[in-house]
Amino acid sequence: MINPQLDSNGNLKHLLTIEGLPKRILNQILDTAETFVGVAERDIKKVPLLRGKTVCNIFFENSTRTRTTFEIAAKRLSADVINLNVGTSSQSKGETILDTVDNLIAMHADMFVVRHNQSGAAHFIAQHVPDNISVINAGDGRHAHPTQGLLDVFTIRRYKPDMHNLRVALVGDVLHSRVARSEIHALTTLGVPEVRVIAPKTLLPTDVEKLGVQVFHDMKAGLKDVDVIMMLRLQNERMNGAMLPSAQEYFKTFGLTQEKLQLAKPDAIVMHPGPMNRGVEIDSCVADGNQSVILPQVTYGIAVRMAVMAILGGGNSSGQAGSGA
Amino acid sequence: MKIHIKNGRLIDPKNKIDAQCDIYIAAGKIVGIGNKPVDFAANQTIDATDLVVSPGFIDLSARLREPGSEYNATLVSELNAAAAGGVTGLACTPDTQPVLDEPGLVEMLKYRAKQLNLAHVYPLGALTRQLEGKLLTEMCKLTEAGCVGFSQADHAIIDTQVLWRACEYASTFGFTLFLRAEDDYLAKNGVAHDGEIASRLGLKGIPAAAEGLAIASILRIARETNTKIHLCRLSTAEGVNLVREAKKQGVQVTADVSAQHLHLTDFDIGYFNAHAHIKPPLRSMRDKDALCQGLKDGTIDAICSDHTPVNDDAKLLPFAESEAGATGLELLLPLALKWADNQKLDIAEAIAKITYQPAKILGINSGHLSIGSDADIAIFNPEQTWKVTPDQLKSQGKNTPFLGLEMAGKVQYTLLHGQITYQDESN
Repeated sequence: MINPQLDSNGNLKHLLTIEGLPKRILNQILDTAETFVGVAERDIKKVPLLRGKTVCNIFFENSTRTRTTFEIAAKRLSADVINLNVGTSSQSKGETILDTVDNLIAMHADMFVVRHNQSGAAHFIAQHVPDNISVINAGDGRHAHPTQGLLDVFTIRRYKPDMHNLRVALVGDVLHSRVARSEIHALTTLGVPEVRVIAPKTLLPTDVEKLGVQVFHDMKAGLKDVDVIMMLRLQNERMNGAMLPSAQEYFKTFGLTQEKLQLAKPDAIVMHPGPMNRGVEIDSCVADGNQSVILPQVTYGIAVRMAVMAILGGGNSSGQAGSGA
Repeated sequence: MKIHIKNGRLIDPKNKIDAQCDIYIAAGKIVGIGNKPVDFAANQTIDATDLVVSPGFIDLSARLREPGSEYNATLVSELNAAAAGGVTGLACTPDTQPVLDEPGLVEMLKYRAKQLNLAHVYPLGALTRQLEGKLLTEMCKLTEAGCVGFSQADHAIIDTQVLWRACEYASTFGFTLFLRAEDDYLAKNGVAHDGEIASRLGLKGIPAAAEGLAIASILRIARETNTKIHLCRLSTAEGVNLVREAKKQGVQVTADVSAQHLHLTDFDIGYFNAHAHIKPPLRSMRDKDALCQGLKDGTIDAICSDHTPVNDDAKLLPFAESEAGATGLELLLPLALKWADNQKLDIAEAIAKITYQPAKILGINSGHLSIGSDADIAIFNPEQTWKVTPDQLKSQGKNTPFLGLEMAGKVQYTLLHGQITYQDESN
């Protein structure tokens, strides 16, 4: 099987999932992102890398936060941005995904940023666009959310530069989480030696250990001596039912409190992809505490998305953010 | 019309024949095997040199999509596909629209098929009305109309009380129930085998235990009620083991496997290939090996095509949203041959699994070539390779995970009642 994300020269053509991407590409994205971090701090927050290009955000599933960060990233690269909330328009009129995509192709978009509630939707669209269009997966079902995975490792790298000497724990609903899958692949590809998942059995996918992680069902054991804690969001609809008895019990057993945080290394950082459920998966004092890097994640998210777009849209970027970057 | 098939290698597993042997056909029946009947003057001679002559194939599960789903396929298109695949008899599932739960619908289907005269159609009637798993259908009337057994297609009977009663009632009259064993709750919304691949791809899995649980309860009830059960499309190693044990204990159970499951695993989903979205899901390598072995040792009695033509639009969707199923009638022979080849078995073993074995399950006198029997015959070249492409397939459904692959085994002629219903264009 040919990796659909790479072109014949091994360069990134689409960003659909972290799984299967070589370390070289991940580092290229992260290194490029470093050059974009400063752009936001300038008076004129723009570089001309994607001038004249049209980026189309196609969101089959509603999301304000992710769409906004992609929009900002594209605009800072001087691209024209079109936002399409398909969930509320064409699809409800019976139009198929391909019809929607074909229409946007006919409007000469250059890059699609796609979110869909079905796993594989981004792969599906990537298979059906012409060669000159790149697809970025902004989240497909439970499968992947590669830019989130990348911004998370970017954040880790900023605080803990030695990736080869880290212990990272992911806590919470791994089963339904595309973020968790992308984080796991990003961490293992970059050589993090120990990635743990901590969750009740109802929230772990079958054979999850085959993704290269160690499984814990107990926070006390799982958080011991970790350098990074990545909390996962628990969807409201999963809090009461056959997956979990209640949000309260979840907080008691798997919520991150100051007390449990003490088990990790003293300089451990706490991450969360947002939006947070305070008092469900994370205690407010931890979320707002001095070990939290949750807001820097958001800031870096824009730099990482700029990097991905610049690499995909700018031909063969070698990590340059353009003049003055 | 008198036909002489000469110089072919006759393989008839039921009669244990595998020899070069001519066949003589008159008035739709076989009148001579090996020895030419006196006064036989052929109107047509088929030269079967280097070809295998076998009973026409019998398929235990084909969706013809009529009535109600003609956008996917029609009786004409699919029975032509059957003929092209050497299939002369097929059981069709009751999950049409409307559901085959009324004698009138069955009569209509039988009538239409008879007019077309491309393959014998053996309808499986709905076991419960609308396949809802609540009220029994008029099984005796449906049998009179032409049903050879009763099925729920892909709809499980959740209420075990209903399943028990359905078994008791069917058993009263000696009807066979064709059931696909899958626990409805465990399979809910699942689209792939629950394992590493589904976890990686973020697809909702169906655990192998969903099959084991359902088989255990079906067989328990079958034993209690003395009902003939045919388990459709086993997919797991656990399922094979349960059937093997049940057979040892004398439960009246038979089973089939789809041709797809003999060769593919969940790994073949690749990057969300919707053609690999089938029911039951493609499972692990271990399961696949157990199915191949179970077929070899007789635990599994037959191979079915699980023919499910799906229109392109219904496959051009993200994996979980795509419609499940694969077209299969024209791949039944090559995939059966491939299984025998992989297992280092004789061609005759493969043919047995698609001729008299399924015929026995359907309770029909077919699937063998004997003097006086209907001249339903497939003539094929087991060595000839061909590439599976949309153009090659007569079926309206071009959906198969084998698209683009080379297959060995090409049907040259198909005869139904002594009439040629298919002839390979290269002849």
